[in-house]
Amino acid sequence: MNAPVSESAAPAPRGNGWTGVLPVLLAALLFAGFASMLPAISAGNVLRWQAEWVPSLGISMAFLVDGLSLTFALLISGIGALVLLYSNTYLAGHPQYGRFALFLTSFMVSMLGLVLADDLIVLFVFWELTTFTSYLLIGFSHEAEKSRRNALQALFVTAAGGLAFLAGLILLGFAAGTTGISEILAQGDALKAHALYLPILVLLLAGAFTKSAQVPFHFWLPNAMAAPTPVSAFLHSATMVKAGIYLLARMHPALSGTGVWLWTLTVLGAVTAVYASVLALRQTDLKQALAYTTLMALGTLTLFLGQESGYAMTAFATFLIVHSLYKAALFLVVGCIDKATGTREAELLGGLGRAMPITALAAAVAAMSMAGFPPFLGFIGKELKYAGALAVASEPALVAGAVLISNALMLAVAGVVAFRPFWRPAGGPLPRSPREAPWQMLAGPVILAALGALFGLYPDVLQRALVAPTVVALSGTPSDVKDLKLWAGINMPLILSVATFVLGLALYAGHRRLRAALETAFSHVPSLDAGWDRFLQGLKALAAWQTRIIQTGRLSQYLFATFATILLGLVAGIVARGLPPLVPDLAGTSWIHVALAVLLLAGAGLTVGSASRIAAIAALGVVGIGTALVFIVFSAPDVAITQLLVETLVVVLVALALLRLPALPRDRFRPAHAALATGLGATVTLVLLAVLSAPLDRRLTNYFEAASWPEAYGRNIVNVILVDFRALDTFGEVAVVVIAALSAYALLRTTEGTRK
Amino acid sequence: MNSVILRAGTRYLVGLLLVFSIYMLLRGHNEPGGGFIGGLTGATGFILYAIACGTRDARAALRVAPQTIAVAGLGIALLAGLASALFGDAFFTGQWLFLGGSETEKGLPLSTVLLFDVGVYLVVFGAVLTLVFAMEEEL
Amino acid sequence: METLMAMTIGALIGSAVYLMLAGNLMRFIFGLVLISNAANLTIFVAGRLTEGAPPLIPEGADTLAGTAANALPQALVLTAIVIGFGLFAFGIVLVFRAWTTLGTLEPDEMRLAEPPEARS
Repeated sequence: MNAPVSESAAPAPRGNGWTGVLPVLLAALLFAGFASMLPAISAGNVLRWQAEWVPSLGISMAFLVDGLSLTFALLISGIGALVLLYSNTYLAGHPQYGRFALFLTSFMVSMLGLVLADDLIVLFVFWELTTFTSYLLIGFSHEAEKSRRNALQALFVTAAGGLAFLAGLILLGFAAGTTGISEILAQGDALKAHALYLPILVLLLAGAFTKSAQVPFHFWLPNAMAAPTPVSAFLHSATMVKAGIYLLARMHPALSGTGVWLWTLTVLGAVTAVYASVLALRQTDLKQALAYTTLMALGTLTLFLGQESGYAMTAFATFLIVHSLYKAALFLVVGCIDKATGTREAELLGGLGRAMPITALAAAVAAMSMAGFPPFLGFIGKELKYAGALAVASEPALVAGAVLISNALMLAVAGVVAFRPFWRPAGGPLPRSPREAPWQMLAGPVILAALGALFGLYPDVLQRALVAPTVVALSGTPSDVKDLKLWAGINMPLILSVATFVLGLALYAGHRRLRAALETAFSHVPSLDAGWDRFLQGLKALAAWQTRIIQTGRLSQYLFATFATILLGLVAGIVARGLPPLVPDLAGTSWIHVALAVLLLAGAGLTVGSASRIAAIAALGVVGIGTALVFIVFSAPDVAITQLLVETLVVVLVALALLRLPALPRDRFRPAHAALATGLGATVTLVLLAVLSAPLDRRLTNYFEAASWPEAYGRNIVNVILVDFRALDTFGEVAVVVIAALSAYALLRTTEGTRK
Repeated sequence: MNSVILRAGTRYLVGLLLVFSIYMLLRGHNEPGGGFIGGLTGATGFILYAIACGTRDARAALRVAPQTIAVAGLGIALLAGLASALFGDAFFTGQWLFLGGSETEKGLPLSTVLLFDVGVYLVVFGAVLTLVFAMEEEL
Repeated sequence: METLMAMTIGALIGSAVYLMLAGNLMRFIFGLVLISNAANLTIFVAGRLTEGAPPLIPEGADTLAGTAANALPQALVLTAIVIGFGLFAFGIVLVFRAWTTLGTLEPDEMRLAEPPEARS
């Protein structure tokens, strides 16, 4: 994979000023605000806030706080505050820190909007906002090409999923007849029976799985580690990747319980969990290893959302919190290690415990939670996972097996990340001699790790405050809430836990040999990441190919295509409406009319056929005069006068300009162009005949004729229409004339680039 | 075009054409004519002058730059349209004032409609001259 | 009579399109003038043709004496003629500028925006 490179340069001399402090305060305020809602939510209430947004479409800015959204909101704002505090020191003096803080804060706010939204459209807007802001964050080190590529990859995958998600939301809103999420959740049974259920489910799952990096869309997440470590800690542990999980959880009451839901989520979740934890052990870059364990956690959460049982729901709610706490802590610890030593390479690092005792302690506590040792919260989470796995509707043994394998691998990875670097001898000389991190960077890991330990000792606090309301939000029944207990007696989950410890410790002991074996094994597996590059190349080649075919750069071909399209459109119109009567109705045609037609035809023919400019211009004049004569004969004196005056001016302009241009080249007969021109001319004739065969609607004209004198005091109806009835149109038209004249004037007065 | 006859004749012809163009403009509401036709006629007169005596003389005789005339015409047309708002009507609703009217005779009609037509006249006049003068000078 | 005019207009359109496709800017301008005339005539003819009865209310009368020519398309065509002239003038200046700057009247040789080298 990617060689781990330290992203933090030498310690910076100066701080970030208020741009560093302000976001921390904002996040802390938000956290305090959400925390103040805890009592109400724990008591089983639901808070709502609503404002009209697009009333014509029934869309409102609706937000909802229930157990599920409050759990997420607290994790987002709390971890956000700690991460922002951490970043202020981690990226101290970074020239673009203001930008970083803006991106991270915007991301946090978008994420909060996403989890609080109570309207599908609002949800989608915030969903896309998280995509954009995370793109900016992943590509923050935009000078590095790899960073840009990985950011773009994350954007493409999640935005493509976002499109599917949008389609799913629209279908869902259509099927439910409302975009309000609360209303939709209330009609779950009707939705499950709806004909659109399957398309809705597939599209929503596509959005959720890309966002949460489930197999087979998992390849972008480890690449997203190109972001600075605090970003990884925030986006890829606690928040953004959990947006997909949040969506699945939010929709759980409405869409779960069908075979498709159960099997898709169970199978993909289990596959992701096992596959990702195997890959995690293969990594030597600490950050990459953590990235893959995040995938494992997301897979496990998906797996439990596939189920219905109270154990599964409780396991979901608990593991969601457990994972966010220890994962954010460990990411921040890795950042501290990176900052202190200049490397994240597991094979190099060692012996840091003496130099960085507080970091080591925080890492150890967080890792114990991750590994699932008692008395940490992770242990309770693991027990519940086994209980949930054993309670699945079908194939509990397989699911429990998958959970067992991934848990054991997690234990081994926890050792690699949080034990080895501190307490084992170093594998080689470190780029820098380590020092303890400053308090701003320690606050995050210490607090998060301590919470994992505290909640482990007092699980009933967490249960009452967050887990129970979340489970109720998921299943709607308080009886589904299972107790969080450190000691539940000797039962199947406990036996599985012991098996996990044994297997996990064995895996840790042999992890280097295992890694070598995995390396050889995976060298034969085609990587999706390389496939991504080939896919992009193919896309570019396709674009280049179609540009070559369609956009030749030859104006005549563009023009040909334009006229051909017009022809097709007109023909389609005629086919749809039927042919007009083709018998020529020549009644009332006098010799004057025939003479006019002959004049016009002769002029047009001469213009086309003439090889000399002068002759062609004269022939054009014949057509212009012929047109004026038509206006005279058919009672349009104003139009005729205008036409004649314009003809005069055309002659002047032609004399000024065209005669200074080179002589016309010989024009060979062009059969294809002749065919198109003939077709277009004939079609226009047919369309005009069709128009003439329909009765004329004279209502407007009748009104103008009747009102011209009594209301507008004018006897020349044409002029009255121009300057009174339709004066606004005329105003627009004279404005066009002015613009044309000024543009031509500007073009003439531009002497630059003139070739003499 | 250094013809003495043309130059001498043009002086009178231009004056005649300008008077005629204003006549076309004013009678336009009741008989063939109007701002478009009047503007084109007036422009033709000045183009003739430019051909006979050169654009420098024509510009001097015009005093104001033709593009200024065109834009001013656009402004006048807009004002004529906006004026109706003063009387509480929709934009571009004609407002009329009849001077010296009696029972049988309406008197001299003055109106925003006429003002609008004057604007059209100036736009067409100015725009055409902008083009033609610039082309004569540059090409 | 309308039938005859419809056919004439079709011929004008055909000639104009053939000229515009010629791949020479001067012929394109000729085609543009032709197609403007044809378009004006199309609007005019679609409003039906009436001989010897211009839409002018006689002095002393309040409305037209009998049926007169359709005034609405006439008003439309009148402004269209002036705008068509503006377009023609701009087009002619553009062509002239192209000739003085690029030294060619063949649009296929004007490859500033989409240079042939860019095609791989």
